[in-house]
Amino acid sequence: MDNRLTVLIAEDSPADRMLLSTIVSRQGHRVLTAANGLEAVALFQQEQPQLVLMDALMPVMDGFEAARRIKQLAGQTLIPIIFLTSLTESEALARCLEAGGDDFLAKPYNREILDAKIKAMNRLRLLQATVLEQRDLIARHNEHLLTEQRVAKAVFDKVAHSGCLNAPNIRYLQSPYALFNGDLLLAAFKPSGGMHVLLGDFTGHGLPAAIGAMPLAEVFYSMTAKGFGMTDILREMNAKLKRILPVGVFCCAALLNLSFQRRVLEVWNGGLPDGYLRRSMDGHLQPLVSRHLPLGILDESAFNPACEAYPLQQGDRIFLLSDGVLETSNAEGELFGEQRLCELLLANRQPTSLFAEIQQALADFHGQSKDDLSLLEVEWVDEARLQRPALSLAGSGGSTLHDWNVQFEFRAESLRHYNPLPFLLQLLLEVQPLRARAGQLYTVLAELYSNALEHGVLGLDSRLKRDAEGFARYYQARSAGLASLTEGYVRVLFEVRSAAQGGGCLRVQVEDSGSGLSEQLAHPPAQAQDALSGRGLALVRKLADACHWQAAQRCLSVEFHWPAQA
Amino acid sequence: MAILAQPSADGQELHISIQGRFDFGAHQEFRNAYERVEVTPKRYVVDLRDTTYLDSSALGMLLLLRDYAGGDRADIRLINCNADVRKILAISNFEQLFSIA
Repeated sequence: MDNRLTVLIAEDSPADRMLLSTIVSRQGHRVLTAANGLEAVALFQQEQPQLVLMDALMPVMDGFEAARRIKQLAGQTLIPIIFLTSLTESEALARCLEAGGDDFLAKPYNREILDAKIKAMNRLRLLQATVLEQRDLIARHNEHLLTEQRVAKAVFDKVAHSGCLNAPNIRYLQSPYALFNGDLLLAAFKPSGGMHVLLGDFTGHGLPAAIGAMPLAEVFYSMTAKGFGMTDILREMNAKLKRILPVGVFCCAALLNLSFQRRVLEVWNGGLPDGYLRRSMDGHLQPLVSRHLPLGILDESAFNPACEAYPLQQGDRIFLLSDGVLETSNAEGELFGEQRLCELLLANRQPTSLFAEIQQALADFHGQSKDDLSLLEVEWVDEARLQRPALSLAGSGGSTLHDWNVQFEFRAESLRHYNPLPFLLQLLLEVQPLRARAGQLYTVLAELYSNALEHGVLGLDSRLKRDAEGFARYYQARSAGLASLTEGYVRVLFEVRSAAQGGGCLRVQVEDSGSGLSEQLAHPPAQAQDALSGRGLALVRKLADACHWQAAQRCLSVEFHWPAQA
Repeated sequence: MAILAQPSADGQELHISIQGRFDFGAHQEFRNAYERVEVTPKRYVVDLRDTTYLDSSALGMLLLLRDYAGGDRADIRLINCNADVRKILAISNFEQLFSIA
C-alpha cells in the first residue's frame, strides 16, 4: 500500500511528459501531470500527491518557484521533490536543492535510477511521517500527564494544606510541583496547643514518589488532631508506608513536636540531612542529626521511634531541609553543601531575615531558583501570637451524657506502651458542652497525667530540667524508667454532674502509685517564666475553673463548669 | 556507568562492582547483576570503589538486593565506600541494614 504513490509530474515538453508518466505508472504509481509550475501548484493543492517530479525550466512559472510554493503548502509533511534537469553546471543543480528540491535526475531518463530514487524518497517520506506522528503522540501524552498532575496536586493540596503551614511562625520554601519530586511538608496544631511539623522526602521522582504522600499526610493529620503523641504517629506512619510501598521506595523524614507550654522540642530524624536548632540567645547551633532509618523500611517490631528532646526559648529557630538544598550546584558543578549553610546560620545577626538570606544565597549560588528542594523554618513564639482554628468536631445533636463517673487505672504494662490521652479526650468530648474547650481539657489532662507518670510513678525530679544538659538527662531517664517499669499505676477519675439550676460540672482527678503531689508543689510560688520546669501545674490552675488540693489522695481535683444552655 | 558481577570460585559469594554514578539509570543493570547469575550465593559484596555518586534511588536498589537476598537474613557488605558515599549511607542509617566498610 505504502509503495503505491500518487506522483505529480510537471514537465512542459509533451513528449517527455508522456515518457515519464509511462515509466512511473508502469512502476505501479498513480500519475498526475502538469505542463507548467502554476498548474503543478494547483494540482498539488487539489490532489495532495505524495511525490513530485519537477522540470526546472518551464513557461508561466518555473520549477524553482513551484517547488518553493509546494514546500510551503506541505508544511511539516515531507513531500519529496525530484528535479528533472538537463542543466549540468553545479550552480544550477545547487539552485534546485535550495528551492526546496530533495534530489535531481538528469535527462535523458534512466528507468532504473528513476525507480530507485522514487523508492529512496518514499522511505524518507515515511520516516518523516513516523517522526511527526510520534512527536504528536509524545506531546499528547505529556499534556495528559500534566493535566493528571494538576488534578492530583489539587486533591493533594486539600489534604496536605488542611494544616497550619501558614502559621506566622513557619516559613518554608517549596516549589509548587515539589510533590512530584517526592517532597512533603506538613504542619498541624495539637489539641494541647503545640505543633507537629513534618518534612518528608520520598525516594525517586514523579508519581511513584508522590504516591506515598497521601497516606502519610492522612495519618499525620488525623492522629495529631486526636491527640496522639509523636511515637504513636511515627509507628503508624512507618507501618503504613512499609505495608503499602514497594521495597526500595521509602521516605526520609523529620518530625518535630513543639510544646509551647512545656517549652520542649522533640525531634525524630530518619534519613534527612542534619536540621538545626538555632538559639536566639547566643546564635548557638544544635544539629538535629538523623539517628534512624527512613520511614517505610523496617518492620513494626524493629522500628525505633525514640526522639531527642531540647528545651526551647523565645525566638529559637528550627531549620529542616531536604538534600536538594545541600546538592544545589553552581555553574562549576560545586555543591552548596553543609558548610555554606552553617556559615549563614552562624553569621546572621538579624534572625528575622535569616530565612530570606538563605533563600537568596541559594538563588545566587545556583543562578536561578531550583525546583527540587524544600527548606523549612519554625520559630518558637509566644503561643498567644498563633491564631488557632477551633477544633472541628462532628456534632451529635443535642443529646449528651449527664451525671456519671468513671475511673481508669493504667498499670505498668499500659504505661510503658500506651498513651491513654487520646482515648480519654474522646470520652470527655461525648459531653457536648465540653467540646468547645477540647484544647484546654487536653492540656490539663496531659499535664496531670505526665506529672503523675513522671514524678509519681517514675520518681523523676523536675529540678533536673533547670539547664539544657539536665533537660536531656531528664528525658533519657524518663525513657529508661518507662522501659523497665514493672509496677505502679496512674488512676484517672472523671465525674460529671448536672447542676440544679442547669449547666453542669466535670471533675477530674489523677492519682498515682508513687508519692503523689507535695502540697507545696500543688500551690506553687510565682515562678520566672524562663524556668525550664514547674509550669505545668500553674497552667492547670489557669485553664481550669477550680482546683482543690485533695490531701488524702495527695492530688489535685480539677473542675470545669458550664452554664445552662440558653 | 558499568556494573560487573563476579561470583567467587566456590559460588558462595557474589562480588558486584559499580563504576561511575549509582543512580536510577543503573536500576535495570544492577538488578540483572544479581538476578541473572548462575550461582545462588550466600553472601554479597557491593564494591563502591569506583562509584562517583550515589543517590536515594541507589539506596532503594540496595534495599531491593537485600530483599532478594533474604531480607533480615541477607549477608551484604558494602565495601570501599569513599567519604561522600559513606556520608550518604550514614544519614540514612544504612549501617543498621548492611555492613559498611
